[in-house]
Amino acid sequence: MMKKSVNSKPKESRDELLKLYREMLLIRRFEEKSGQLYGMGLIGGFCHLYIGQEAVVVGLEAIAEDGDKRITAYRDHGHMLACGMDPNGVMAELTGREGGFSKGKGGSMHMFSKEKNFFGGHGIVGAQVPIGAGIAFADKYRGNKNVTFTYFGDGAANQGQIYETFNMASLWKIPVIFVIENNQYAMGTSIKRGSSTPDLYTRGLAFGIKGEMVDGMDVLAVSKAGKKAADICRKGQGPYILEMKTYRYRGHSMSDPAKYRTREEVQQVRKQQDPIDSFRNKMLKWKIASEDEFKNIDRDIKKIINEASDFAQKSPEPDARELYTDVYL
Amino acid sequence: MGSKILLPALSPTMEVGKIAKWFVKEGDNVASGDILAEIETDKAIMEFEAISDGIVEKLLVTENEEPIPVNSPIAIISGDDDTSGEEETSPDENVTIDLKESTTVSAVPEAPAEKLEEDLSLENVSFKSQTVREALRDAMAEEMERDELVFLMGEEVAEYQGAYKVSQGLLDQFGFERVIDTPITEHGFTGLGVGAGFAGLRPIVEFMTFNFAMQAIDQIINSAGKTLYMSGGQMNCPIVFRGPNGAAARVAAQHSQDYAAWYSHIPGLKVIQPFSAADAKGLLKSAIRDPNPVVFLENEILYNRSFDVPELDDYTVPIGKAKIWKEGKDITLVSFGIGMSHTLEAARELENIGVDAEIIDLRTLRPLDKETVIESVKKTNRCVTIEEGFPVCSIGNHLSYLIMQEAFDWLDAPIICCTGKDVPMPYAANLEKLALVSVTEIVQAAKSVLYLEE
Repeated sequence: MMKKSVNSKPKESRDELLKLYREMLLIRRFEEKSGQLYGMGLIGGFCHLYIGQEAVVVGLEAIAEDGDKRITAYRDHGHMLACGMDPNGVMAELTGREGGFSKGKGGSMHMFSKEKNFFGGHGIVGAQVPIGAGIAFADKYRGNKNVTFTYFGDGAANQGQIYETFNMASLWKIPVIFVIENNQYAMGTSIKRGSSTPDLYTRGLAFGIKGEMVDGMDVLAVSKAGKKAADICRKGQGPYILEMKTYRYRGHSMSDPAKYRTREEVQQVRKQQDPIDSFRNKMLKWKIASEDEFKNIDRDIKKIINEASDFAQKSPEPDARELYTDVYL
Repeated sequence: MGSKILLPALSPTMEVGKIAKWFVKEGDNVASGDILAEIETDKAIMEFEAISDGIVEKLLVTENEEPIPVNSPIAIISGDDDTSGEEETSPDENVTIDLKESTTVSAVPEAPAEKLEEDLSLENVSFKSQTVREALRDAMAEEMERDELVFLMGEEVAEYQGAYKVSQGLLDQFGFERVIDTPITEHGFTGLGVGAGFAGLRPIVEFMTFNFAMQAIDQIINSAGKTLYMSGGQMNCPIVFRGPNGAAARVAAQHSQDYAAWYSHIPGLKVIQPFSAADAKGLLKSAIRDPNPVVFLENEILYNRSFDVPELDDYTVPIGKAKIWKEGKDITLVSFGIGMSHTLEAARELENIGVDAEIIDLRTLRPLDKETVIESVKKTNRCVTIEEGFPVCSIGNHLSYLIMQEAFDWLDAPIICCTGKDVPMPYAANLEKLALVSVTEIVQAAKSVLYLEE
């Protein structure tokens, strides 16, 4: 059963609520800009946009504690921004420049920040899941109370290595939260066509892992579920599965003709469930902020994004000598 | 005032496209997310949406014209205040930008040379006889004693004391937290080990045999091997993947394969295949301390062989350094791992017919100590390589290329690569023997390179 969206005025402070809004908007505008730069040929290769799914990562980052870790697949720009990585560095990596988080050598799908405990950015569907459990294993080994948010999609949820990981994570009580971002399409294959059992939060039951389905379009519902899951893991009673029901507005990657779903379906989600618009409307209703304040936030974000875009275009390409660096330590 | 909308690149390789259909007309109000047009490329027809609100002032391209280059202006949309990132129009400006120009192509720089450490001096050191199995166990125990971030995981490593008894006694010494039995799920536990490595632990992942590591090869190559590079040097993976490799006896095709050449192909991995117990110990200790992922290829048949091992508190062997097992002047025999066993025997036969062979044990396959090989070939002018792996794209093939490049003028005969045969390993005893590289073949190859054939 999906947890109900949060409709009554929440306990979070005004600042906390505005921060959630800001973070989601930052991701939305960042991704729109990425799409634009891709269209201009400034970003190459594969580029998977997070537009529509912002509430998931923002809601979870809001309850993350110092020392918690995160890892995801290739739709990763949102995760990086939400854990505090500098938009300039992320955008410059997308353009393949020296100022990027991987000095231009990783690109959209392969970015990391040791400082922010962001472990990537992985291009192989499902590969990040055992790795995420291993990162959490290291916390358990060291005896600290941190958790690792291990994100994967509904497509990856059918990968064999996920279940090998579920087994070990449950067996060894590893403090890992498996966050299934169910955006309902594994590239072009809808969940109905690709998954024998559509309720992905139940996929851990065979291993004794509890899970729940969450409205991934509602940032407060995400936070609430995330807090509960993290508390369980911190107490040594993990792992835990959160299935976030969400939706991506754009194609799987930039080169996606999107013929597997109707335009109307996308527009309907956008109009009725958009995580940013709906949250904004609620905050107006709760009188937490005024239209003017939202406009100011919009303006601030736009400025940050334009700066990132400028930085990403002005930062030079990596020096040719970088070709042979970082192969070995 | 308005912004020019440019024909976007919709895929990594798109260069031109045409407007198949306009969904808007001049004067229309558009909102962010509305479809503006359908763009046709050679691969697909894709919708193109507005990224901001505004009014369509002008359509600059009509439907189904000839394809136009990416970044050509296709429409002008008047701005509300949200024109970020779109170009302000000025009527006669040519806005078609050729972004490809910005990519500078420099000459390919030289790959940096490897810096090699020397072996420890073993003068005045006493030795004890030890099997390879014991030497490997001691290496792990010493390193686990030295650094509590080191732990061992794999199938049957703890309670069973190791499928091949390499981890015997480690559970008693270090406990369940650091000697961890895994379920039989190579893909999963290898990935888990890699994650623990990223997070700063120093995992030793034992494969019951390297044949089973093929289930996990994506994690070894794509995750462990490439992440340092992909992260611009931020995230290393100090991990050792170890276990028996190559043919054992009568276990047939799926359990008899040498992975030396496979892993040596991958930049980002180090690959070791020791022969003697001393090297097994010294190199495993170095591998555990190395900040990079190391593939450590052992051999079941060698586990029980005894060798002299230096009695030192901390005996390490540098990674990337070959060992001249025996000096000689007539021919260079280069091998590694169990291939050394056949090579030493062949050298004895050659000695009986008056041939003084120089024998090099590569020990490490990546980084490869080509200097030692090249120097030797410059002295002997002849070379035979010996390994158990398949012949195509073998370590010997690569060595032959290096020698041809760097010592061509010193060669007095073509190099011969002795390898396993180009077939899956057969089960029948006689066929298995034929499939493996043999002492007779090595002797024959050496004679041929020396033009000693009767």
